[in-house]
Amino acid sequence: MNVEAAPARAFAADDGVAPGGLLMDVRNVSLSFGGVKAVTDISFDVRKGEIRAIIGPNGAGKTSMLNVINGFYTPQKGTIVFRGHERRSMKPHHAVRQGIARTFQNVALFKGMSTLDNIMAGRSVLMNRNLIWQMLWHGPALAEEIEHREKVEEIIDFLEIEHIRRTPVGKLPYGLQKRVELGRALAMEPSLLLLDEPMAGMNLEEKEDMSRFIIEVNRQRGTTIALIEHDMGVVMDLSDRVVVLDYGKKIADGTPDAVKSDRHVIDAYLGVAH
Amino acid sequence: MVAAALAGDMDTFPKYLLRNAERLGDHPAMRHKDFGIWQSWSWREQLEEIRRLALGLQALGLGKGDRIAVIGANRPRLYWTFAAAQSLGAVPVPVYADAVADEMAYVLDHAGVRFAVVQDQEQVDKIKSCAAKIPALTDVIYDEPRGLAGYPPQGLHAFSDIQATGAGRLAADPSLGRIWEDGIRAASGEDICVMLYTSGTTGRSKGVMVKAASAVRAAQDTVAFDRLTERDSVLAYLPLAWVGDHYLNYAQGYVAGLCMNCPESTDTVPQDLREIGPSFYFAPPRIFEQLLTSVTIRMEDAGWLKRKLFQHFIAVARRYGEPILEGRPVPLSGRLSYALGELVIYGPLKNVLGFSNIRVAYTAGEAIGQDLFSFFRSLGINLKQLYGQTEAFLYVTCQKDGSVRADTVGPAAPNVDIRISSDGEVQFRSPGMFSGYFQQEETTAEVMTDDGYVRTGDAGFFEPDGQLWIIDRAKDVGRLKGGALFAPKYIENTLKFFPDIKEAVAFGNGRDFCTAFLNIDLQAVGNWAERNNIPYASYQELAGHPEVAKIIAAHVDATNLRLSREPMMAGGQISRFLVLHKELDADDGELTRTLKVRRAFVAERYAPLIEALYDGLAEKYVETEMTFEDGRKGAVRATVRIHEARTHPAVAPPALEAAA
Repeated sequence: MNVEAAPARAFAADDGVAPGGLLMDVRNVSLSFGGVKAVTDISFDVRKGEIRAIIGPNGAGKTSMLNVINGFYTPQKGTIVFRGHERRSMKPHHAVRQGIARTFQNVALFKGMSTLDNIMAGRSVLMNRNLIWQMLWHGPALAEEIEHREKVEEIIDFLEIEHIRRTPVGKLPYGLQKRVELGRALAMEPSLLLLDEPMAGMNLEEKEDMSRFIIEVNRQRGTTIALIEHDMGVVMDLSDRVVVLDYGKKIADGTPDAVKSDRHVIDAYLGVAH
Repeated sequence: MVAAALAGDMDTFPKYLLRNAERLGDHPAMRHKDFGIWQSWSWREQLEEIRRLALGLQALGLGKGDRIAVIGANRPRLYWTFAAAQSLGAVPVPVYADAVADEMAYVLDHAGVRFAVVQDQEQVDKIKSCAAKIPALTDVIYDEPRGLAGYPPQGLHAFSDIQATGAGRLAADPSLGRIWEDGIRAASGEDICVMLYTSGTTGRSKGVMVKAASAVRAAQDTVAFDRLTERDSVLAYLPLAWVGDHYLNYAQGYVAGLCMNCPESTDTVPQDLREIGPSFYFAPPRIFEQLLTSVTIRMEDAGWLKRKLFQHFIAVARRYGEPILEGRPVPLSGRLSYALGELVIYGPLKNVLGFSNIRVAYTAGEAIGQDLFSFFRSLGINLKQLYGQTEAFLYVTCQKDGSVRADTVGPAAPNVDIRISSDGEVQFRSPGMFSGYFQQEETTAEVMTDDGYVRTGDAGFFEPDGQLWIIDRAKDVGRLKGGALFAPKYIENTLKFFPDIKEAVAFGNGRDFCTAFLNIDLQAVGNWAERNNIPYASYQELAGHPEVAKIIAAHVDATNLRLSREPMMAGGQISRFLVLHKELDADDGELTRTLKVRRAFVAERYAPLIEALYDGLAEKYVETEMTFEDGRKGAVRATVRIHEARTHPAVAPPALEAAA
């Protein structure tokens, strides 16, 4: 009989969901701030191993939706089932422990710290030794640090940022900062990676690089990705399925091709005479 | 003495591999920074890696006479491929990794390669995109698997799988390893050991074939000349396909048994250089220029005290540094000041640059400015010049320690014969000289003289002290209408000694006067713009700025002043010039892959601008097509201003005859 406890945290490869299975189910979620309805009665699902895009015009409620998934906002109505567990309210650090990592629309890195330290910070959630041990930095804490550093070096190698390993991120150009932020999210070895406009403000070459990394993360590591993006070309090329929001409501859901030809979506983006 | 006796039999690099594994055993042969840590292989471990690879390649069908392309950055596995291929009698053909697909296809097809060992997905994609043009190519082997998971497996192999096959064969039949070694020992030095494609300064690149025995003999000579041993180390960061990299790192490395270090990535070279601190170093003048520019810029931004200290001790170094390096007499006070400077400035500076342990450093490829050259030498770096060619398997001339000049390239290298033909062309005969261009007998015959010398195509002459002075490409040297000598390279180099000028192209052959295209150096001029609050968004905008034009005009004026002092060059002063609206780029075919200007191509592409230089127009509107990195094309449009420059009266009687 195997009486060992289940691993405390799930890694990307082992979160108890078979590929293609239901990783997350968003059911009838509504969120409002006072009288302002940010999202209304939204339902969609994310299947393991896919790249799921959430798109919509400005103010459609995309980031709010991401913040709900991430546990930053608690919806007034509806539930979210993640890896078979239903939850109503949750704090962001719980989301992290459940295996949800994210990047931000405006880069949120520790500007004074090096690339290496920023990505290392992403590992902290996976570190077992307590603060005292870590401060002593000896014995088991050191062994643990070395183990985590190896993982971080893999990520640095993967994202091709060896040359900025020791550079404070505040000094880096924006495109590279975005890449470091992705690195930090990857360091958590998430089941679900949330990317909030990973390509905003990038030039063509940076966009191509970032697309390549996103596809590789998805294919090589099997990480499920939910992303918000404005660049339609990128979204249609990258994602397996797309949810379209407009004024806080879901107006379409399906494959990129199906969504592209959807009347509601065209109206929402091009506008209609009211 | 044993070594000397052995040296006679040592006529291939795989023989050196066996011998180094035996003689040096656990000495490091190769290092590579990976996952942030320097991984290292001893000569013995390197032998095993190569043995497994060779047996794996053999199972794939690689055999005697087959050509195998090697494409990628400086990686241990790619260097091992050279030795593995040579051990089977196959011919490695290194190819420039940054070549666009068409260029690459031409070389691969021309060389008739059956196999290609490449670094990553990028190279696999390039090869796949023009597979139809390379009919002989059957198998591609990649080092890094990333991104290649979904590719059709037909003819595509992971490097590690090939080595695993080799290991499997060895486990099944241990005698294979011995048979492989016997094959190496029995190999003849008369076989071709490598085919190096020229960078194509003029037209399509040509495959230079070098015999194993010639290559080894050349390397033996220069290893002895610079006293290289297994205690030396080098950083392999130059393009793998360039003769310099193959010679200085691979050939000299195997013969001397020194340790080759591969950087983590091309972007990390400065850090890696600093960590390794090699004892032998080569860089083209361009890199030394960049280093000096970045040091100068950083010192300008430094605090008052640091700036003053730096200026003071650099002045001390300029005065005493070179005499101390060359062992000439220096007063005691000078030695003391210099020693203090070493402690406070030179030592730390060399450490930051990664130059702390350098025993021998070379530069070549272009002329180097006296100031630039002296700066590095005065810090105590034994920087010397050499002159070489792919056809010579690098060395034609090289300077001896202690007799070093910036304007010449040194006397003939050991066992090299040099002569100047009646029309002023440099010709040589050397141990490492090539045996011909692959499948281009006619071109080979054009380059070789009847008595076995190679025509370099460079015009030059010997100085009284026996050092060779290279004037220019022989066919580029021309005359103005008035009869004055026009040596474009000389003019361009004089211009390029200014840090603000990155590239220059001079025109004037058969014309009334001399003119020039200039590229500003974005780093140097950009820094100046930042300090002077001049906003700019692009190279084009900065290049067209009137204040920048003023600075450049001052440099052109100083260049003319310098030219006016050279009796032979005074007639070739620049009368009109313009700052180009776009940087010359190898992707657009304007530079070679080794970053030399392709003069004829540039002249043709910018013909309207050249006409404008001679028409007396003050500005000209042009549209230029440019190629992006991914191969797509775009256009740059600009109105380019043309500036007049002041010329100076010649100091000596003008228009002397050329020295030839």
